[in-house]
Amino acid sequence: MAIEVRIPTILRTHTGGNKTVEGSGDTLAALVDDLDAKHPGLKGRLVTEEGKLHRFVNVYVNDEDVRFTGALDTQVKDGDSVTILPAVAGGC
Amino acid sequence: MLRIDRATYDAIVAHAREDHPDEACGVVAGPEGSDRPERFLPMLNAARSPTFYEFDSGDLLRLYRDMDDRDEEPVVVYHSHTATEAFPSRTDVSYASEPNAHYVLVSTRHHGERTGLEGDDVEFRSFRIVDGQVTEEDVEVVESYLFGHSPTTVVYD
Repeated sequence: MAIEVRIPTILRTHTGGNKTVEGSGDTLAALVDDLDAKHPGLKGRLVTEEGKLHRFVNVYVNDEDVRFTGALDTQVKDGDSVTILPAVAGGC
Repeated sequence: MLRIDRATYDAIVAHAREDHPDEACGVVAGPEGSDRPERFLPMLNAARSPTFYEFDSGDLLRLYRDMDDRDEEPVVVYHSHTATEAFPSRTDVSYASEPNAHYVLVSTRHHGERTGLEGDDVEFRSFRIVDGQVTEEDVEVVESYLFGHSPTTVVYD
């Protein structure tokens, strides 16, 4: 068992074109570190230098936006499903 | 170049007029790799603002899951500017993260209300935004993509 992570088009350059990858960890932060070890560069696209989630991406654990569940401290476990999506936003 | 059918073009313009003076936004989905914008999906601007737009995070998840189930991708990502020209702003460029999408900008700055008078147009322009680079492209409006089918279904959320 592992945690399945869905990768958006724009980040698939880091995953060899794969739409889904697998990782492990107890928290979202640990999962991101694990993913970055296998797919270098991924972490930099998700986490800012200050260690916060980028505002350009939305991350969901089992359909729950992690902004409401503790962001990178969100607990994850084997069998969970994580979805990463680019925020669709802008303005004049 | 963006090829878009008349019904979808009109639907985007109508949505922009309707939400004026707030920015309107949405997606036209199409089969992956087809470059055909077929399914018009107006979205709610969760920011409800004349200067900013964003998809609600729950709506975003449902949208992408729905497209995924249908093997679709966002062929067009559109939004309106209500006081400025139909050109991607710096904020638009920083958020643009669909390298395959046509970013459609419409401006209702002069024509928020349909007047019926000459020049009653909403500016409609299309761009590629890749790695922070903006490239404008031609827009060709075709009468229908769905040859032999009924007109494009308009789905309101």
